[in-house]
Amino acid sequence: MIQIKSLTFGYSGYSPIFQSFDWTLNRGETWAIIGSSGCGKTSLLYLLAGLLKPTSGEILIEGESIVRPRPGTGLILQEYGLLPWSTVKQNAELGLRVHNFYGPDGRHAPQGGRTSMDIMPWLERLGIAHLAEKYPSQISGGQRQRTAIARTLALRPDVLLMDEPFSSLDAVIREDLQALTLELCREQNITLIMVTHTIEEAAMMGKKILLLGEPPNTKPKVFENPNSGDAEFRQTMEYLEICKTLRKELGNETS
Amino acid sequence: MKRRDVLIAALGLAVLWQIAALLLNRSILPTPMLVAQAFFSELTSGLLAEHTLASLWRVVVGTLLSVLAAVPAGLAIGGSVRLNRILSPVIYLLYPIPKVVFVPVILLFLGIGDAAKITIIFLILFFQIIVLVRDQAAALPPQLFQSLRSLGAGRRALFRFVYLPASLPAILTALRQSVGTAVAVLYIAELFATQRGLGYYIYYNGSTLLNYPAMYAGVIAMSLLGLGLYFTVDWLERILCPWKFVS
Repeated sequence: MIQIKSLTFGYSGYSPIFQSFDWTLNRGETWAIIGSSGCGKTSLLYLLAGLLKPTSGEILIEGESIVRPRPGTGLILQEYGLLPWSTVKQNAELGLRVHNFYGPDGRHAPQGGRTSMDIMPWLERLGIAHLAEKYPSQISGGQRQRTAIARTLALRPDVLLMDEPFSSLDAVIREDLQALTLELCREQNITLIMVTHTIEEAAMMGKKILLLGEPPNTKPKVFENPNSGDAEFRQTMEYLEICKTLRKELGNETS
Repeated sequence: MKRRDVLIAALGLAVLWQIAALLLNRSILPTPMLVAQAFFSELTSGLLAEHTLASLWRVVVGTLLSVLAAVPAGLAIGGSVRLNRILSPVIYLLYPIPKVVFVPVILLFLGIGDAAKITIIFLILFFQIIVLVRDQAAALPPQLFQSLRSLGAGRRALFRFVYLPASLPAILTALRQSVGTAVAVLYIAELFATQRGLGYYIYYNGSTLLNYPAMYAGVIAMSLLGLGLYFTVDWLERILCPWKFVS
């Protein structure tokens, strides 16, 4: 369970983006966060990742207050964050190598023993095992994002944060990776929180959609979208309806 | 740089040299053939090899020490905004000073042994490497750090997995840029208070013995020393940075 309690956050010298903001998510839910530029989508994700600190208030994940990156939370960014000097296999192993570097200290790596260093099953699961010895510059954007997903999921996170992860990919690869992400999150019972600026992606990925408005955000505006996730959902009236609603709400927020 | 291209360039230079020697027709510029004979006879006598090894030792030790000192310093400065603000002005003040002007001072303090010569090479390479490594560390994209930090990486892991491998190309670039300067300075450093090294060998044969073929054999040995160092850096780059050579 993730609880955001009375969160206030703003960059120094600017007015707050969040003010006394409360939000609760249950384990295994898939959330999409949408909003116009500058509304605080990415800041909220970085706060959840422990990369930013709240001005006041508290963020709790499974009862633990987040003051630094938490070993059980995975983060995937738009630009993948792969090391250009490492192969696909070495990049995918990186999280495991970082955890082994510190040992199971509960701070940098989870307590309770070391994780297996065998990354190949993950590369196979993501369909990139044949690229194991290639460098990031030799593979496509979609393959790079698969590498980033393998790297994160190999750490067996219970929370997966994604910041516009598929925005630079073409439509077919994007839909393919959206489906794969949802499937893997279902399989591993991972709570997914994905930031997107695309209405269609939010409608497809989020069983719950958080709409952020012009700062300061004080109350979460949540849209239920329980039937999303399946490929056929795109063909339904429900999908068109939620897209229409989100478009209208976004228009209201920015006007 | 391909070896075949270097060979063609060497042949071209030898032809020009031959023409110049024939036109000048003075003992101060012997023909390449005469110099080649002197080179091989000095080499087989062991004299040239001994001086070359003395010079090689000084360059290699000076280079290794400068890498060991400048890389951690460059990474620390490039990785910290505060350190960068404090130390960069100091580096910018010291960097442009031609280090060769310190030769008499260093000789005075460190005496006539290898230490003085190695220190001069160290000083030249240190500043080149620290500047390039610092720039490389400071220019790394923030996403790389956010992504690594989210995997649990603290400062130590960032240095191990990001800063250090990212700085390798900068170190090798600095070495490539500095090899020529290091060899040139080596010549000057070896003019003073020593009887070993190519600098001494060239000067002694040219100015005291007036043995010009031997002097030019020393110049060729020095050029080969520099070339060998260039190729070593290229080789190291292929071993340490294979990702730069993939297509």
